[in-house]
Amino acid sequence: MIFTIENIASMVLGGVAAGMVLFIVSVGLSVTMGLMGFVNLAHGAFAMLGGYIIVLSMRHLGVGFIPALAIGFVMTAAVSIVFERVLYSRLYKAGELDQVLFTIGLAFVFIAALTVFIGPENQPLTLPPELRGQLDLGIVQYRTYSIFLIIVGVAIVIALWLGFERTRFGAQIRAAVDNRRMAESLGINIDRLFAITFGFGSGMAALGGGLGAEFLGLDPQYALKYLVFFLIVVAVGGAGSIVGVFCASLIIGVLDFVLKKYLPQGGTLFIYALTILLLLWRPQGLFGKPS
Amino acid sequence: MSAPTVFDHPAARALSRRHRLRWWEPLPWILALAFYFMFPRYLGFGTELLIMVLFAISLDLALGYAGIVTLGHAAFFGAGAYTVGMLAHHGIWNEPISSLFIGAAVAAAIGLASGLVLLRTTGLTLLMLTLCTMALLEEAANLGHDWTGGFDGLTGISIPPLFGLFEFNPLFPKTQYLYVLGALLICFVFVRTLVYSPFGHSLTGIRENTLRMHAVGAPVRTRLVVCYTISAALAGIAGGIWAQANAYVNLSTLGLDRAATVLIILVLGGYGRLYGAFVGAVAYMALSHFLAKVYPTAWQLGLGFLLVTIALFARGGIIGLGETLMARLRPKLKPKPPS
Repeated sequence: MIFTIENIASMVLGGVAAGMVLFIVSVGLSVTMGLMGFVNLAHGAFAMLGGYIIVLSMRHLGVGFIPALAIGFVMTAAVSIVFERVLYSRLYKAGELDQVLFTIGLAFVFIAALTVFIGPENQPLTLPPELRGQLDLGIVQYRTYSIFLIIVGVAIVIALWLGFERTRFGAQIRAAVDNRRMAESLGINIDRLFAITFGFGSGMAALGGGLGAEFLGLDPQYALKYLVFFLIVVAVGGAGSIVGVFCASLIIGVLDFVLKKYLPQGGTLFIYALTILLLLWRPQGLFGKPS
Repeated sequence: MSAPTVFDHPAARALSRRHRLRWWEPLPWILALAFYFMFPRYLGFGTELLIMVLFAISLDLALGYAGIVTLGHAAFFGAGAYTVGMLAHHGIWNEPISSLFIGAAVAAAIGLASGLVLLRTTGLTLLMLTLCTMALLEEAANLGHDWTGGFDGLTGISIPPLFGLFEFNPLFPKTQYLYVLGALLICFVFVRTLVYSPFGHSLTGIRENTLRMHAVGAPVRTRLVVCYTISAALAGIAGGIWAQANAYVNLSTLGLDRAATVLIILVLGGYGRLYGAFVGAVAYMALSHFLAKVYPTAWQLGLGFLLVTIALFARGGIIGLGETLMARLRPKLKPKPPS
């Protein structure tokens, strides 16, 4: 009775939409970890910053949704490149502990700054009228915005995959992930590569922060609230692998959605247990390269 | 005239003396006792502070000495707290000191079981696994309403008087303060002995160069697991005392907040230094106690800047800064041992 086609379809759609947001936010984190070996716990803070820029520019400057996403991407990427050049780059050779402390501290600073300047309350995202309401898909009627998220997510993963696998820059990133010193001695400008990749990853996080604000909410605690989920996605998918992050996001998005519906009590417990088991079986994640 | 032996070498003498008591080492204990007599109104705060010192020392053993970077140490604090709390609340066992041993045993069992599997990994995977283990326990405590009180926790835990004489009064925590101080002293002496023992040296070796320790034939994994288990037991004691002193247990004992707090305390004071836990806890708790209540946001902002500064410029924490300063002030008092 519960498992009608409509039910299954709507659960899959909802889960996949949530998974797409997870993917868009986490892909930058995964590349940063894979490429630079940097444990960036402030990634959620950049997603939050982007979300704020997107929501507030729509509300106060009257910008449309899509232009606001672009503004959020560019501004967050610019800010994060400054941070990368001035601060992060000093800690590439440091141990994980220093990186963890530095980035948790940075997340605290972001949280406190947003609380002071904008306020502790949730900032709701106002969707444009075209994206509200339901869309008839034949089998099932579903929320237009979720369909929009899925389309955007698929477009992004294809674009990223092409960029990663088929462009010169992508090849340079892959080379640096595999063997940083060798790539450097071949004349690849690693500093520039790191800065651009970091900025791009933070920009993607900003997009995710804005796109997901509708169901994840957007308040100053965002920076740490969902961090564990982003980290799980990266660890499960394997740091540095775009396909890995995509699969992990979909699995966790759908699992979380289904479990919240049918097992609202123990759902999260199940995801944590599954993550532990998977990491014990494959410490490098599903698609990561063994170190 | 006997020829100088290898034992007369300054390096050998420094090594053979490094475990001896320094003149300033009784100071923290004298200060802690003085606090008891001078600030009877702040004993609740003092109790909380000493508990955090004990918790930070347990983390120092794992993080500072063995170099196990964990984000989930509150799992053991919470395990100890919940064990003591649940035993007392359900009327099974509530004698304070033996309860602490049970709490420590449960925490150690969880440390051993998780350590056996987690410590195969390093880096990001280890961070994630410790974090997930803690989150798993927190969720389990949240779900097991009947036993753990779920989200509300267990309140009104009654603890019989210590040795049948000294009443635990949550409003006037004289007994708690001295009780924690005593437990802290015992645990500290134990940890101090441990880190200066050959076992402790091998932990430092593993932290500094795991590969070389493998090469010289040290049982690296076993050492790490044993260290992790001991560290978990100590954290369990800290958690158990927390439950007894406050007469309640809730999910805050198990969360990321507590794990982050103890990490910050240890790093602020200086990790791998034994006394970093004391300095860090005093600095952090005093600041948070007086600042956080007045300006909570400014406190978080300040804490954030502090962490960034420590990670970038002062990796030894406050004690490390002090050492650097001392070394600059009197560079000639400590001649370098001839190489």
